[in-house]
Amino acid sequence: MARITKPPEGSWTAHYPELGTEPVSYEDSISPEFYELEREAIFKRAWLNVGRVEQLPRNGSYFTKELAVAKTSVVVVRGMDGQVRAFHNICRHRGNKLVWNDFPRQETSGSCRQFVCKYHGWRYELDGTCSFVQQEREFFDLDKSDYGLVPVHCDVWAGFIFVNLAEQPRQTLEDFLGPMINAIEGYPFHLQTERFYYRAEVGANWKLFLDAFQEFYHAPVLHARQSPVAARPDVQAAGYEGLHYEIDGPHRLVTSTGGRGWEMPAKFLKPMETVTRSGLFGPWDAPDLGLDKLPAGINPSGSQPWGLDSFQLWPNFVILIWERGWYLTYHYWPTSHNTHLFEGNLYFVPARNARERLAHEMAAVTFKEYGLQDGNTLEATQIMLESRVVKSFPLNDQEILCRHLHKVAADWIDDYARERAGV
Amino acid sequence: MSDALLPSQFSDLEPYAATWCLPTERQRFAQRLASTMDQMQAFYDAFFPRAEEAIAYCEKFPLDDMPEDAERLLQLLYSLVMVSFPVEAWRQPHIPDAGASYLDLVIEPVP
Repeated sequence: MARITKPPEGSWTAHYPELGTEPVSYEDSISPEFYELEREAIFKRAWLNVGRVEQLPRNGSYFTKELAVAKTSVVVVRGMDGQVRAFHNICRHRGNKLVWNDFPRQETSGSCRQFVCKYHGWRYELDGTCSFVQQEREFFDLDKSDYGLVPVHCDVWAGFIFVNLAEQPRQTLEDFLGPMINAIEGYPFHLQTERFYYRAEVGANWKLFLDAFQEFYHAPVLHARQSPVAARPDVQAAGYEGLHYEIDGPHRLVTSTGGRGWEMPAKFLKPMETVTRSGLFGPWDAPDLGLDKLPAGINPSGSQPWGLDSFQLWPNFVILIWERGWYLTYHYWPTSHNTHLFEGNLYFVPARNARERLAHEMAAVTFKEYGLQDGNTLEATQIMLESRVVKSFPLNDQEILCRHLHKVAADWIDDYARERAGV
Repeated sequence: MSDALLPSQFSDLEPYAATWCLPTERQRFAQRLASTMDQMQAFYDAFFPRAEEAIAYCEKFPLDDMPEDAERLLQLLYSLVMVSFPVEAWRQPHIPDAGASYLDLVIEPVP
């Protein structure tokens, strides 16, 4: 494997001197107190991606999103005017959850002309206006216009719907995303609407799963048995080197090579990969994305052979764009200091025939085989971190993004504490 | 043969159809975990050499308007993908070192 040219400072990490190179503490992933601070300092202040516009196909379409980390639920809706809005999912009368089906804690989606509370029948227009109060004359000086739904700041970027739970966000969504992320706008996410949506509750802090998917140093080892026996010594000996690492504000990027199955000898492939012409890195035959060239923000270093860009959007959202013309997203929604809900979405240009569809199936099944190995390892890490037997951990240069994530979490909490103290 | 599930040129695979023609990933994953390696190896050995022929058969039809028997053949191909991991990689039905974790597929393309 040709060695990658690192920045002139000698390492990716040294290129960002504020990161330091010292061993790091993982106290931030095992402390209930730190988690309580994260709820306020991070999840109630950052822009959070809650879905895509394709989930709201027409006026009146809505979905709910449970945000346990902020102890709320939001309902996201495309109004009769076509605009996407978000509201806290609570009836103004006596606090019942407004939109839910059968199970109050489960997310739901659908289409309607107005929201009607199951409890006493109060109604709301899709722009949040309260339009009907059951037996209104029984109330005392009640003015319906004072009882609209509580809005949540909501904005859309590249078809991704974001909310911000702050009373007044400190940055617009565009400013929050910054130059590195904004530079991928124009990528045809909207053409990739064939969706595989996975979810799981994971017994580990949310940042540990981000760490697991933002370094590939683990891949040749943890996933060794995914390779055919003949290939394992080569895979493990080669180890892993990222092509490019980049940090922009709270966000991160790793650019990597990908397995080029169509160029590999059969001994490096599973027979089913050869038959389906697909695997972990996606279908070998890329769809037409209708672009002469990709937006400048994709593979920004021009690295070759380019396989993927994994954009880590602070705090808990990942967009991973594959060279073969498909993409996936990850979301990590904390539910306590040592548990979280993981969501993975795979998006493809819709298959035109059974052959293409089978290639998607192969990629999706392979994704799950890897993901389950990753998920289980996290619980093993969480258990032993909580022993506090070891309190500092060396991170290598390929783990620069893990180092950055934990620093940003600490920075946001420091910032919040300073603001609270009025400094 | 009025109760055939698969297109006639794949009639030799009928013994596997009732077990493995399953419309959702959740069902296919559950069937995999409920099967022995011998059962999955037999299915794989019978179907893998015919996989390309089955793909070629299925791709003649539009995905949103497949005859029922062809759609079941496609489901059988999805199951072949599912069992290929135990057969080709793991030598056991479940994923090594993935004991406690799960990953539910909540939304998937149809078919």
